[in-house]
Amino acid sequence: MSYVGIIITFVFVENFILTKFLGLCPFIGVSKNTESAVGMGFAVTFVTSVASLATWAIQKLILQPLGLAFLQTITFILVIAALVQLLEMVIQKISPSLYKALGIYLPLITTNCAVLGIALIAVRSNYNALESFVAGFSAGLGFLLAILLMSTIRERMNTEWVPKPLRGVPIAFITGGLMALAFMAFDKALLRNLIG
Amino acid sequence: MLFMKILWAFLSVGLLGAIFGIGLYVASRFFAVKKDERIQQVVEALPGLNCGACGFAGCESYAEAIVTAEDVALDLCKPGGADTAMKLGSIMGKEVEFSAEKLVAQVHCRGGKETAEYKFDYEGIEDCNAAMLLYGGAKKCPFGCLGLGSCIKVCPVDAIDYDEDGLVWVDRDLCISCGKCVDICPTGVMKMIPYGADVIVACNSTDKGGVVRKYCKVGCIGCAKCTRSSPDGGFVIENFLAHIDYSKKGERSAALADCPTKCIIRTVKEVKIEESAHPLEAVAAQDSHDAD
Repeated sequence: MSYVGIIITFVFVENFILTKFLGLCPFIGVSKNTESAVGMGFAVTFVTSVASLATWAIQKLILQPLGLAFLQTITFILVIAALVQLLEMVIQKISPSLYKALGIYLPLITTNCAVLGIALIAVRSNYNALESFVAGFSAGLGFLLAILLMSTIRERMNTEWVPKPLRGVPIAFITGGLMALAFMAFDKALLRNLIG
Repeated sequence: MLFMKILWAFLSVGLLGAIFGIGLYVASRFFAVKKDERIQQVVEALPGLNCGACGFAGCESYAEAIVTAEDVALDLCKPGGADTAMKLGSIMGKEVEFSAEKLVAQVHCRGGKETAEYKFDYEGIEDCNAAMLLYGGAKKCPFGCLGLGSCIKVCPVDAIDYDEDGLVWVDRDLCISCGKCVDICPTGVMKMIPYGADVIVACNSTDKGGVVRKYCKVGCIGCAKCTRSSPDGGFVIENFLAHIDYSKKGERSAALADCPTKCIIRTVKEVKIEESAHPLEAVAAQDSHDAD
């Protein structure tokens, strides 16, 4: 599959939040205002890109030659957790301003299932190294798109009248559901029409 | 064969974990960012409420500013008060003088649905500043409490709430004197008073007495009776509104009793059960008593 195809697939057709329902925790938790939502989105994009590349290497160089593919989940979690810690240290040293912008969100990403999700999907789809990286990057972009849309909607909803039992998280979930319906318009047929 | 596979699985995951562990240890040494130890000490000495009363984004940024910039004052933390200022002084090795009495916020208005006149029913956003945009609020009195609770929402410690009369009231024991409610209040009816103040003039209207009488039963009409009943109480009439100069320590109970509109009230609500140290306990005791 071409790289354009991978990007469109993971940003729109198989959007991690709105189609696959992965990473809902930060999607609901950090979408109260746009600024932190964008911060979270970029942090996730960063981690998914690097993590899918790293997990590809672990899979090809260690797990497959040893016939230990069944250990994917546990090793990938290990890799992702270590990677996020390392990234945090590196960013703190190299760019304090970026660390301040992403700072609080970086440790949270360790437990974001979207990161593990893209690593497993990339491995199952038999992507090569660059394809894995692009898939991870575009999955992060899809997350950024969804959380950005959600946060702007929620900011506007603050001034609207909402029935009392639905205020806060419940109405956010309903909104997310409606957004997911809208994203169903992006399907495989559309992808085929676009890139043949 | 199975044994070998288990061994490989064990070894590979174990080794990966060990490598990551050692790698992270090395990285943490290599990428260590040197931070002044005193910053952590200062953060621990601060109350950690992140209220922003000091003018910095939170306790951590204030701590950083104290340690890195020399000219930042040490007595800016209002919630911490004198104790915190002393601790900061001992950490930074500076002399700190902290003499000001703790200030608390209080709503200077008791006009509710029964006592004050309304121009219209407001059904918009529950926000005082939004309500203020619409003909200056629903009350005929342009100075009073709009009662939509912007201060309740902004208070970082939940010290403000509606009392049993449905009016906004500050619990002075919970108040940390951050002043956020004073800043957000569009009418200026929220004012800072000393913690030890016994009474307040619960009115903010500078209209003439006759005008006040028309729109509020519990407003200050500027009759100056309080200045005569309690001459040492520090009562001053200014713009038809009584103020209290809290530096005067004379008795004020005569004024409290004589005020014709009863707008001079106690800062601690009178509770029916006597001999109770804390007002909250008294209320709880009363509740259980009622249940009996």
